[in-house]
Amino acid sequence: MTKIVDTRGLSCPQPVLMTLKQMESLEKGEIVVLVDNDTAKENVARAVASKGWSVKQIQTEEKDYHLTIIKE
Amino acid sequence: MVGALIGILAPLLQKLGNPGNMGICVACFERDIAGALGLHRAAVVQYLRPEIIGFVLGSLLAAYLFKEFRARGGSAPIVRFILGAFAMIGALVFLGCPWRALLRLAGGDGNAILGLLGLIFGIWIGTLFFRGGYNLGRSQQTHAAAGWILPVMMMGFLVLRLVFPTLEGQESSGVLFYSLKGPGSLYAPLIVSLIVGLAVGFLAQRSRFCTMGAFRDLILFRQGHLLSGVVGFLCAAFVTSLILGQFHPGFQNQPVAHTMGLWNFSGMALAGIAFALAGGCPGRQLFLAGEGDSDAAIFVLGMIVGAAFSHNFGLASSPQGIGPHGIAAVVVGLIVCLFVGFTMKKQFA
Repeated sequence: MTKIVDTRGLSCPQPVLMTLKQMESLEKGEIVVLVDNDTAKENVARAVASKGWSVKQIQTEEKDYHLTIIKE
Repeated sequence: MVGALIGILAPLLQKLGNPGNMGICVACFERDIAGALGLHRAAVVQYLRPEIIGFVLGSLLAAYLFKEFRARGGSAPIVRFILGAFAMIGALVFLGCPWRALLRLAGGDGNAILGLLGLIFGIWIGTLFFRGGYNLGRSQQTHAAAGWILPVMMMGFLVLRLVFPTLEGQESSGVLFYSLKGPGSLYAPLIVSLIVGLAVGFLAQRSRFCTMGAFRDLILFRQGHLLSGVVGFLCAAFVTSLILGQFHPGFQNQPVAHTMGLWNFSGMALAGIAFALAGGCPGRQLFLAGEGDSDAAIFVLGMIVGAAFSHNFGLASSPQGIGPHGIAAVVVGLIVCLFVGFTMKKQFA
């Protein structure tokens, strides 16, 4: 079951904090992060990379982005 | 890069007429706008600053060109208004926003060091609240027109500035007030100010330049991405000040500054907490408002109203020192910010 972190409507640093928290509790695996603005998308991608996770894909759904992040 | 560019442009604006170590100061300039509109009647700080108008409209333009304009709002607007007002009150006890704190330092004003330390201290308190779960809740998508409210207001201000231009030796022109002396009487040519404002607004929207975010992300995530912008700003402003002969190291007799260290620190600490709780420094709030964020727009209006209170109630400092009620205002502001930080938490699944 892929974890979903829904940060839509929240402004920074909330999306990054929520993503980091989920990453810490999972340690590895796959998470889908929902964001609704470009700043949050960039910030989450940057934070993910700094913790040894990677962004597998970014899907655009209407006005939102779905970031799939993974750590093997 | 963008930080460095602003760092070059700001001292140039001083050369072209803006006040000392105040090439660009979002707090001071919003305060001057409040004065120009007659919301306060401090005679020395009245000028409808085109830079502020440019920041919002430049960001609006960039947001549309890059398809990032998103009208949104509804994340605790009243709290943002109050945070904006106290952010301004704190900034005016120090006499500057974070940008000006950096410009003051780059111009040799040692008092800015305590202001910057206060700012970082305030932001650090803010990060403790974030770790404790503080947030103001989700915003909602709204009508595009709602996101246009502040940009349209800024266009209206520009029209007023054009319809009622400065009149030689006159304190007022139509509905606008102007300063005959003091910082409000010092300004670069209208067209230069406006173009620089538009350029900075455009670029800062793209780069997300934010002085509060720089320190917040460093403390919270050990991330230096935004900080590089601040360092670029400071270095560029320092070099430009040196070249233009605007670097005068010392503590005494610095332009539009006072030497009461404790209150330089405390004023900026109050501003720092308020910026952190509201999610952006004053400049960033203007750029967000240009992107359609009406919560940021409300923070901006809070700052303008806060400036009016600051001068009407003797809260703002002057080069002679803090205002008669500055200390009380800082204490009340800190209590309000702590109340907001402790009580507004919501856990998301």
